[in-house]
Amino acid sequence: MSPALLEVTDLAVDFGSQPAVRGVDLALRRGETLGIVGESGSGKSVTALAVLGLLPGTAQVRGSVKLEGRELVGLPGRELAGLRGRKVAMVFQDPLSAFTPVYRIGDQIVEAIRIHQKLDKAAARKRAAELLDLVGIPDPARALDAFPHEFSGGMRQRAMIAMAIANDPDILLADEPTTALDVTIQAQVLDVLRTAQRETGAALVLVSHDLGVIAGMADRVAVMYAGRVVETAPVDELFAHPRHPYTLGLIGAVPRLDAEGGPLVPIPGQPPALGSVGPGCPFADRCPLVQDRCRDVEPELTGAGDHLAACVRADELAERRPRPEEVYPVPPLPAADLTPRAEREPVLRVTGLTKTFPVLKGTVFKRRVGSVYAVDGVELDIRRGETLGLVGESGSGKSTTLFELLNLGKPEGGQIELLGQDTAKLDRAGAHRLRGEVQIVFQDPMASLDPRLPIGDVIAEPLLAQGAARELINRRVPELLRQVGLDPAYAARYPHQFSGGQRQRISIARALAVQPRLLVLDEPVSALDVSVQAGVLNLLQQLKAELGLAYLFVSHDLSVIRHLCDRVSVMYLGRTVEAGAAAEVFAQPRHPYTQALLSAVPLPDPPAERARTRVLLPGDPPSPTERRTGCAFRTRCPLYATLDPARQTRCDGESPALEDGVACHHA
Amino acid sequence: MTAVLPLPTAELPIAAGRLRLVTGRLLAAKGVLIGAVTVLLLFLLAFVGPFLTPWDYATPDYLALRQPPSGTHWFGTNGLGQDVFAQTVRGLQKSLVIGLLVALFSTVLAGLVGACAGYFGGWADRGLTFLVDLMLVFPSFLIITIISPRLKGSGWIAFVVLLAAFNWMITARVVRSMTRSLREREFVRAARFMGVHPLRIILRHILPNVASFLITDATVAVGGAVMSEAALSYFGFGVRAPDVSLGTLLAAGTDQAPVFPWLFYFAAGLLVLFVLAVNLIGDGLRDALDPTSGSRP
Amino acid sequence: MIRYLAKRLGYYVILLIVAVFLAYALSSTALGPRSYFEAKQPRPSAASVDRQLTALNINDRTPVVERFGTWAEGLVLHGDLGRTIHDTSVNEDFGRRIWVSLRLLLVGSLLGMVLGVAVGAWGAVRQYRFSDRATTLASFVLLSTPVFLLALLLKNGAIAAKDAAGHEVVPFTGYETPGLAGGLGAHLSDWGLHLLLPTLSLALGGIAVYSRYQRATMLDVLGSDYLRTAEAKGLTRNRALIKHGLRTAVIPMATMFAYSFLGIFTGAAFTETIFGWHGMGEWFIQAINEQDINSVVAVNLFAAVVVLASGFLADLLTAALDPRVRS
Repeated sequence: MSPALLEVTDLAVDFGSQPAVRGVDLALRRGETLGIVGESGSGKSVTALAVLGLLPGTAQVRGSVKLEGRELVGLPGRELAGLRGRKVAMVFQDPLSAFTPVYRIGDQIVEAIRIHQKLDKAAARKRAAELLDLVGIPDPARALDAFPHEFSGGMRQRAMIAMAIANDPDILLADEPTTALDVTIQAQVLDVLRTAQRETGAALVLVSHDLGVIAGMADRVAVMYAGRVVETAPVDELFAHPRHPYTLGLIGAVPRLDAEGGPLVPIPGQPPALGSVGPGCPFADRCPLVQDRCRDVEPELTGAGDHLAACVRADELAERRPRPEEVYPVPPLPAADLTPRAEREPVLRVTGLTKTFPVLKGTVFKRRVGSVYAVDGVELDIRRGETLGLVGESGSGKSTTLFELLNLGKPEGGQIELLGQDTAKLDRAGAHRLRGEVQIVFQDPMASLDPRLPIGDVIAEPLLAQGAARELINRRVPELLRQVGLDPAYAARYPHQFSGGQRQRISIARALAVQPRLLVLDEPVSALDVSVQAGVLNLLQQLKAELGLAYLFVSHDLSVIRHLCDRVSVMYLGRTVEAGAAAEVFAQPRHPYTQALLSAVPLPDPPAERARTRVLLPGDPPSPTERRTGCAFRTRCPLYATLDPARQTRCDGESPALEDGVACHHA
Repeated sequence: MTAVLPLPTAELPIAAGRLRLVTGRLLAAKGVLIGAVTVLLLFLLAFVGPFLTPWDYATPDYLALRQPPSGTHWFGTNGLGQDVFAQTVRGLQKSLVIGLLVALFSTVLAGLVGACAGYFGGWADRGLTFLVDLMLVFPSFLIITIISPRLKGSGWIAFVVLLAAFNWMITARVVRSMTRSLREREFVRAARFMGVHPLRIILRHILPNVASFLITDATVAVGGAVMSEAALSYFGFGVRAPDVSLGTLLAAGTDQAPVFPWLFYFAAGLLVLFVLAVNLIGDGLRDALDPTSGSRP
Repeated sequence: MIRYLAKRLGYYVILLIVAVFLAYALSSTALGPRSYFEAKQPRPSAASVDRQLTALNINDRTPVVERFGTWAEGLVLHGDLGRTIHDTSVNEDFGRRIWVSLRLLLVGSLLGMVLGVAVGAWGAVRQYRFSDRATTLASFVLLSTPVFLLALLLKNGAIAAKDAAGHEVVPFTGYETPGLAGGLGAHLSDWGLHLLLPTLSLALGGIAVYSRYQRATMLDVLGSDYLRTAEAKGLTRNRALIKHGLRTAVIPMATMFAYSFLGIFTGAAFTETIFGWHGMGEWFIQAINEQDINSVVAVNLFAAVVVLASGFLADLLTAALDPRVRS
């Protein structure tokens, strides 16, 4: 075993009296990739920042961080600054806010170079252009003069990586580097990170909440919970034979692209507030294997060889090697409705939907100078008791499609038929009645609940809007709370008193209040941690079976769609490019975009993830303000690139229609 | 907050959760406490003060002309022999009432106009934006000064209306932009998609969510209005005799200030003290009501 | 970008025209020059009053729109702002007083802004330390003192100093010593000394306002991701604060500048009157009391132009400081 390049021992961070990290031990060897995985609040990002001394002044850091034997904790700011960027460089989560908005990208990279190297401006600029080229930014010489806001998210993250490797650091710290990005862009950026690591030979510390990303990138993994490392092992070993019940639960909670539906393993309860962690194991309250001794002393991180775990029953788990569902109680799901599709009545049918937004100029008298083709040909078909997954990356027009549906008005183009009624022909009263039949659950559970109303009132709102009687409301509210797994006594509490998962349950309860027939779910679990997400997904499946609801489930997360949906519809640049039964589309995607999308999703399974061949899409989606002739995807299409010119002409000139579930001339 | 749910749970302690949080923060901020106590004492002084002294603010004591503060005349007397303490508390009273009323009127106006313009958008919004811009072209002092001679007969209430009419624009503009972003927030969208009536959405969702800004702004506006009153009255465009306010007292005392300081500095001190206290409260309120300031010690 | 600024400018011109018309209409209806003439001794005949009012284009029996037309025609064609109630040229007063006021306004507002930004940023960096608390308290006291009171206090202070020293320590009336002999240097230092107290009374309030806002925006920036990035690159804290932090945190100050100019203008009117500067503000108060419509309108025109110019300047400044606005 080579000596550690970076050694963290008993690192603890407090913000005032509030602990954030409670004794972390980590070792990083030269050239290796260490993945740190954990849910929000587990202390993983704080640990990464503490290594470089980048925490705000209110943080007190104790313990030891040794870089090549040199102690960093307590080092004076000037000396620490000399190491930052040169020895250890950092890639942050949100590349938009991580660049200073008022300076050009090139100037910021040049600055990074010239802090540590004696280069003149011209030479540094040349070096910056080389770096941008290395991370795959087209036309690097021009890109140097761009401002951060002129770059797309993926481009900014590439530039961030270029800046991080500018001084050939020994260690790259990447804090959730792809969390803000779409899945195809995430695949690009992870690829760039690998390139950067190869070029510099740097060790990589990758902090992420995404088990799939960790599985594909890391050599070794540390799992954090409640401010401590609870398990660490080589990546294959960790995923195959976890020795801490938390790791086991986490692996069971992730929906997988390569698995059928069925219930997920929810970890009950919430992560503890770090200020109130008692003497025992912080996971004890959520652990299905808890014993009395767990509550006495917090277990040490121990074990033989490379595989350490902080659990008194780790040996037992190492021996038994149970599957997650053998340890965690999994709720039974009611049997699915097996009526053949043709016999179910349609709930929603959308054909040829279009929506453009004007691009306006002028301050007093606005005039139209162009159009954004946000939705440009969307087809949807949902029947009773069915879940349709609507997939697309940001800017694909998913949200616009939803808002057009929910407006219940005459669409700009195309037709919307809800429960057999054409929305273009509805009068006011009819539209108001129909509002009761379709309800929505939003992504951000905090933003979608009025912070100033007790949740009883929140849930009663759609009932009030439909003019329900007071007695009915008084009866329904506790009933609904029970239905989504919350205590009816909570009705008088305010939204901020609930956790993210609970708030999303409240949102669902509100949507169910008027007994709708179609529930529109707009990224309902993407703001939640995996272990909490599993519980909400199970609830949705259960409600659907019990109430015979139809779901329109919008998500960027294909694994979740795969897990939950019967049918799937894929959007690119405002158009439906592929639609069909989920099992078929996922098994044999036909549109090149669907293929690339699926191949970009990381699997939480290291051997499988390594064995996959990836279709990397070049560049970013084009701007929706220009309407091109021909197929909108051809600028990035891997299939198009391989076609002979005669067949390419068809893609150039003719926009493919959705036929037989796919919109591609050559699929 | 209107629903009476058939739930036996203790609604009070939970509803008090936020209240307690806010009060806790307020008490933790020393500035607010000092400010609140000061304002309270000044109100007490303004409304109880007149009963503490045997002297009337208008009646002269010919035996004491321009006397310095003493046991008989606590703040001394002026050139006519009027008791300065009686005059000051009387002026303070008038200034406080004017400040409160102006802040109340202008905040209500700003809240309604801003929320409607922001929520409905379109022509209503453009019209308001132009009106606000237009009214901001002139320092309101100029306009008030031009109009005020016309209001000579109407007394100080007309003056209050005038001050309020030129004091709502910036607040309305902020409320408008807050409303525009609230409008796109998911809980407002959710209400819209549920079919809740627009006016109901404004009353139930928009206004409560801008309320903390409005409360803070109104607090500071009280101080601003008292300062405007004093300035305008000082130059003879505000409160006029026989009414007395801090502004008229300052105007009367200015020339003699170097020689007979009690004619000037008591009124000046109370003015600054009151506005300072109000500003301290406003600053503390902003911190306590702002949910994002939770991390601050 | 240039198109954007041109459009803003166009909007400001429309605002200016509408605003000036409204100000004209308001002044013409609210003020009563007729009573001014009727109060003269010996009392002139009604016909003579009418004749004089018409000659000055302030006769309330002529429709306001018609009077405005005459006035605007004179202004646009000949740059003529009309006659004062004493039948002298408004332009003459205007030309003399504008420099007095601008001197005060420019020096006062610039000083207030620069010092305010510096104090605010410094306070934010040293949040909750003694120096931050001290500047915060001082700015609160200043914010709670109306400008006219501040000016009076400064003046009283100067008078007290004069009484104590037996001679004038700091001048507190007018903007120059009348009949001062000596070269340019002597004149400049004389101007500077006369500027001191009036400028202070304007600038102190400005410093207080700007420092509060700058402190708040700087505090936001202190927690920003890009400041952390700058430090992660290897910049020391102080360099990162100045180069990346302060540079970004001053952007909102440009807008503040436009807003606060309204207040500064009002303050200047008071300051001029108190320190005996014969500027626009003093003229305005005097004109109101004399029912001198054309002079009142002239000051309003000046105010509107100054306020809109500061708004346009703020737009320019924002565009210069923030590339996100430019594109």
